[in-house]
Amino acid sequence: MKPMFSPAEIRKDFPIFSKVMRGGNRLVYLDSGATSQKPFQVLDAERNFYEQNNAAVHRGAHLLAEEASIAYEGARQVLADFLNAELDEVIFTKSATESINAIAYSFGNTAPGSRFALKPGDRIVVSELEHHANLIPWQQLAKRTGTELVWFSIDAEGRLDQSNLNELINASTKVVAITHQSNVLGTIIPLDEIVKRAHSVGAVVVLDACQSAPHFAIDVKALDIDFLAFSGHKALGPTGVGILWGRSEYLNEMEPFLTGGSMIESVTMTEAKWAPSPKRFEAGVPNMAQAVGFAAAISYLNNLGMDNVAKHEKDLTAYALNKFKQLDKVKLIGPKDNVDRGSVISFTIEGIHPHDVGQVLDQYGVAVRTGHHCAWPLMRKLGLVGTTRASFYVYNDEADVDALVDSVLQAQKYFKV
Amino acid sequence: MELDSLYQEVILDHYKHPLNKKLQSDFTAQVHHVNPSCGDEITLNVNISAGIVKSVSWDGVGCSISQASTSIASDLMIGKSLDEALKIVDSFSDLMSSKGTMVGNEEILEDGVALAGVSKFPARIKCALLGWMAFKDAAIQSSKN
Repeated sequence: MKPMFSPAEIRKDFPIFSKVMRGGNRLVYLDSGATSQKPFQVLDAERNFYEQNNAAVHRGAHLLAEEASIAYEGARQVLADFLNAELDEVIFTKSATESINAIAYSFGNTAPGSRFALKPGDRIVVSELEHHANLIPWQQLAKRTGTELVWFSIDAEGRLDQSNLNELINASTKVVAITHQSNVLGTIIPLDEIVKRAHSVGAVVVLDACQSAPHFAIDVKALDIDFLAFSGHKALGPTGVGILWGRSEYLNEMEPFLTGGSMIESVTMTEAKWAPSPKRFEAGVPNMAQAVGFAAAISYLNNLGMDNVAKHEKDLTAYALNKFKQLDKVKLIGPKDNVDRGSVISFTIEGIHPHDVGQVLDQYGVAVRTGHHCAWPLMRKLGLVGTTRASFYVYNDEADVDALVDSVLQAQKYFKV
Repeated sequence: MELDSLYQEVILDHYKHPLNKKLQSDFTAQVHHVNPSCGDEITLNVNISAGIVKSVSWDGVGCSISQASTSIASDLMIGKSLDEALKIVDSFSDLMSSKGTMVGNEEILEDGVALAGVSKFPARIKCALLGWMAFKDAAIQSSKN
């Protein structure tokens, strides 16, 4: 029998939780939406790569080059399995931001006549929930190509308004780029209708899975999407490594974003022919140790079981929502029920700016994110200068939520509101 | 508590009752500054005539540190010569980059010394400098106009 899901046991794998924080407090880490902490299994995997296998992958005939290539391609397999994807569809990038830019620049570089070519009159659809990373690449692509950028609105609770789906995603639409889960509000977007409609007009769907893939099981085949981006560092993995997933048939038609070593089939002084995916999109010596560390993180999550992770976070979110609803002069920003909702609690406290809230919470060892969360247009839409955001992960428990609530009360006391 | 070195009473007073937080229309320069990392925004008007700061007025949104600091800065600058005002800004900048090693010259900075503790919190230094940098920018623009 598998042991019960135990954040206390999980925390033992994370060296950072032994750190003493301001005021002599333990670390209450509620900022995994920005970046997660790393278990020693990930740190060891990276270290082991450097100590035992380090060589440039896919080059050289020596033992280390072989071992490095096996480790790196093994990591790719772990990620492919995690997403229920094919091996040649998984591309290592330096970040999810790079992944999305790679798609946007690739579309922008495509020759006229290609299915990915964009021209004036075409349309790109995003939403008001987007993180800057899934807004600005499309906004700028639209500017460069004369394409129209339109977006889904949200309702007062931060749910996506899909009532005008058929008008937004029309026959001119080429790309629908949308977040799976809002990094600010926790809103999870139901994708079925969006994907169906997009495909019915011949558009591709790009999913920003940064806030979803680390927290619940993702199956790219079941979702029927066309591209996906997510980052290692939000999923217990190292910084400097992300994933770009795309349908193989699309990737092999697309222009590369970065050119250089490793991504070619043949080269002359005047011409180059691209290698097939994934190499086509992996110019240069990749972040090998980070990819190996990323795979160790995914294996760690697989050991816990993504369904168990999701259930744990859902229970913790329910507990937190209930606690926050009882607080005076504290306003929850985002969905108030626990349906289609991730483990993110955004809130404002009457009379205290989020930056000041974060400062007081820090005095109690509570680490949260404050401000606009790289979603400035969303903040403007909500009429807010910012929020305080607590985001939960596998190592958090009810005691962490209690510590958060206590420190919120302290902030109110401190600022006399 | 460590927090008390950041949030001195005088700062909380300025935050709750900010000075000169109403834009005056007879300005010689207007600037708009933002702190892109946290979203704080400020519009600041100055009226500088014959080398004297006649008025500083502002409006904006931000945390207690940025609001109080702008309030303090505006109050300090009014009535000073432009040269004096810019020297005060430099003195405050030095204080902010002191990493907690300076207490600030109260004769020059007056209430501004209450912000000395901010220099120990790297994430908040930009908040404290927002209004001062806006003033400096406006003063330079005004002298060009």
